[in-house]
Amino acid sequence: MSTKSKSIETKTDINQDERLKKVSKLRLLLNRPELGALGGAILVFIFFGIVAGDTGMFSAYGVLNFLDVSANLGIIAIAAAMLMIGGEFDLSIGSMIGFAGICIAIPAIYWGWPLWMSIIFAFSMAVLVGYFNGILVVRTGLPSFIVTLAMLFILRGATLAITRLITGRTQVPGLRVLIEDDPLAWIFATDTFKWVFTWLGSMNLIALRTDGTPLATGIPPSVIWFIALAIITTWILMKTRYGNWIFASGGDKNGANNVGVPVGRVKISLFIGTAVAATIFATIQVLDAGSADTMRGTLKELEAIAAAVVGGCLLTGGYGSAIGAAFGALIFGTVSMGIFYTDVDTDWFKVFLGAMMLIAVIFNNYIRRKVTESK
Amino acid sequence: MSDYLVQFNNISKFFGKVIALKDVTMKLKKGEIMCLLGDNGAGKSTLIKTLAGVHKPDEGEIIVEGKKTIFDSPKDALDMGIATVYQDLALVSLMSVTRNFFMGREPMKGPPFFKTFDIEKANKIAADRMAQIGIDVRDPSQAVGTMSGGERQCLAISRAIYFGAKVLVLDEPTSALGVHQASVVLKYIVKAASQGLAVILITHNVHHAYPVGNNFTVLNRGKSLGTYEKKDISREKLLSMMAGGEELNKLEVELQEMNRSTAN
Repeated sequence: MSTKSKSIETKTDINQDERLKKVSKLRLLLNRPELGALGGAILVFIFFGIVAGDTGMFSAYGVLNFLDVSANLGIIAIAAAMLMIGGEFDLSIGSMIGFAGICIAIPAIYWGWPLWMSIIFAFSMAVLVGYFNGILVVRTGLPSFIVTLAMLFILRGATLAITRLITGRTQVPGLRVLIEDDPLAWIFATDTFKWVFTWLGSMNLIALRTDGTPLATGIPPSVIWFIALAIITTWILMKTRYGNWIFASGGDKNGANNVGVPVGRVKISLFIGTAVAATIFATIQVLDAGSADTMRGTLKELEAIAAAVVGGCLLTGGYGSAIGAAFGALIFGTVSMGIFYTDVDTDWFKVFLGAMMLIAVIFNNYIRRKVTESK
Repeated sequence: MSDYLVQFNNISKFFGKVIALKDVTMKLKKGEIMCLLGDNGAGKSTLIKTLAGVHKPDEGEIIVEGKKTIFDSPKDALDMGIATVYQDLALVSLMSVTRNFFMGREPMKGPPFFKTFDIEKANKIAADRMAQIGIDVRDPSQAVGTMSGGERQCLAISRAIYFGAKVLVLDEPTSALGVHQASVVLKYIVKAASQGLAVILITHNVHHAYPVGNNFTVLNRGKSLGTYEKKDISREKLLSMMAGGEELNKLEVELQEMNRSTAN
């Protein structure tokens, strides 16, 4: 895995104007919000390449391992970034993960629903929660920070209470047997490109188990979801009308309203986006683990926001990128896994996370001033 | 009579017991610039919002191109070709010139369901439009935050014209600008009028209004003190009407007395 600089979209100028001073490529790059995260990701890889290059971190198995962690975080970080660009926060992402997991597990195990129906049920609940968050923020005009903080407690509490009420416990195991033959679950539970790994194994290019099958069996579903979401959201932001409305809603709510942007609807849809992303995260995790836990996703909302900020999103809205958040998630995922391969005590990971975020905020603040400063 | 593009007849607006506007009348022909002058609290903001369709007048009638109309929302006013450029300009400084120009009204291309924002076309139109005003947008993908105040004002006006404004309502377009920038904006306003738009220029700066206006309406405490053609009124007269001439005279007398007492 390498971070391709291709994904940085430099602004190509269509009408070559003779008055246009030749702006250096570097200068154009500096105007992109994801620059910091891209640079950070490259630094992280160089660091681990030197420190842990020969430890197996960069074997097929090791790479898939940290990609899986990055991808899981990335799925919610991208949605959090979209919402932040739209000018709002969602602190209930983590609680939504726990809630969605239970929404899948209880109907499937205790009510005898087919798995696909419970998954659809969980996503419907996500749309409801997202809509509720959105409509509350838009209608009351209260800061989304407060509204979704309330939702953080409500959802987590409800998840715990309902689960204990119905099951008498806080965990719901036994889902694994239901995955097979389910018409929907495979979307969240299938390793892809297995033939590539089988072939690589047969050529003795990657590590094998004792029975001759490759140690790394395929690309985990989280990675596919992550890449697909990163591409789709970047396309939405750069290339669609809705994308322009997201920037406008976050940049200046009143201004956008005055020229006819449906700011309320845009924001509500973005809140639905974060709740749905949390449910994608939850579905993948629940099906992978075969069980749901009421405490799943705790503090994930803060990690998602941190990744979005490292990815170049401003806390004040109107600026940022989805691909930046994806790089932010990649940095966190890589470091959280890579630290095991080094001599560094894993206790230091959170220190790194915090420091990284602080640097990112200072850097972003500087960039914003650069972008908006008058001639 | 019907050669008026837009008429606001005897407009009144009350908020509870407060009379914000009383019997304000304004009539504009194509190509005319009507300057609406008034000190702070004269009712300018209320009048603007009434023109823009935010407030419904409690009395009076609005006649656009000979037809009596009622604006239920700002969108209604906009659909009738009455575009209001507020002081905040409805520009997002972090977004590019192009993205601002087409904010909410993006040109699209592509097949149904896969329509995308036609950035190339939008860039071209935005750059062309700005070039017409003589504003050097070196790069339409540059952030609006990098533009000067006058350029931003022109961008907002240019956008309103591009999207079909017949009547432009400009709220204090020069108040935050330096002398040079203000003259750029005023020049553009005159140019827009010469192309057949009617302009309502709201300002408290007589020095900006007088050179460009055809007619002047002075508001004071929610009432119109009358509408004057340029040939019928001098700059000084306007100024003293607007500020409540008596008050200025009184101030002058007081100052003279102060001078005398310090001289003694």
